[in-house]
Amino acid sequence: MDVVNQLQRQFIDNSASLHREGFLDDQFTQLQKLQDENSPDFVVEVASLFFEDCEKLINNMSRALEQQQGVDFKQVDASVHQLKGSSSSIGAVRVKNICVAFRSFCEAQNREGCLRCLQQVTHEYSLLKNKLQTLFRLEKQILAAGGSIPGVE
Amino acid sequence: MAAQGRHGGRKSNKMTALVVDDNIVNRAIHLRLLDNLSIENEAVGNGKEAVDIHCSGKTFDLILMDMDMPIMNGIEATRKLREMGIRSMIAGVSTRSMEQDVREFIEAGLDDYQEKPLTMSKLISIIHKINGNG
Repeated sequence: MDVVNQLQRQFIDNSASLHREGFLDDQFTQLQKLQDENSPDFVVEVASLFFEDCEKLINNMSRALEQQQGVDFKQVDASVHQLKGSSSSIGAVRVKNICVAFRSFCEAQNREGCLRCLQQVTHEYSLLKNKLQTLFRLEKQILAAGGSIPGVE
Repeated sequence: MAAQGRHGGRKSNKMTALVVDDNIVNRAIHLRLLDNLSIENEAVGNGKEAVDIHCSGKTFDLILMDMDMPIMNGIEATRKLREMGIRSMIAGVSTRSMEQDVREFIEAGLDDYQEKPLTMSKLISIIHKINGNG
């Protein structure tokens, strides 16, 4: 099996695992279908925007929840709502699902519940970021080796 | 459908669209969807910017309007644009699914509403409504 075939096999396996383990849903596949020769880096670009957005929002939530004087749960909820929106748009279903629970804790003004969700969302986001970065690295390697990215189903 | 081009005062046969969303990820995706359909597009980050761009004289065939935005939300922006006499197709695009929330948005003056995430098939269905009315 030559290098390109091996890399392509790894790409397919990684991609399938991301979907099978519930990290990504069909929305990510829809984004892959939007990528073409006019916009060859679209998925990487959107993922980068998502990572940037996540980090900003997680920092906002963390600062708001650290307030000893009293947590502004509306402010926390606003950030969670934003994160839910971005994660849904990119297909990051695990992150999105935590945001749903997170919003309930915000509505209940439950600081402990919010802190647990913040921890979970930070963990899930980190996992997803690592896995996507691995996928994108494989893409680059395939292209550098003269191969093509296996088609999106 | 002829429309005022992005540079103002210039008629174009290409459809034009304005994306109104405060989220950078959503803006990128919506703009890409529009690019893929060869629809000229611009984006702004909240309802006030959407109103301001129309006050500057620009018009669009289609406005994709998010609901929850800072400064001016989608409901207020839609109402304001209709009060200004803007007759563009305004499609609300939001994560909200509660009937009451969506109804208020629709009653503000929407022509269509799609739940996020916006996909190509949802966008095409919005555009078919424009062409059906054109």
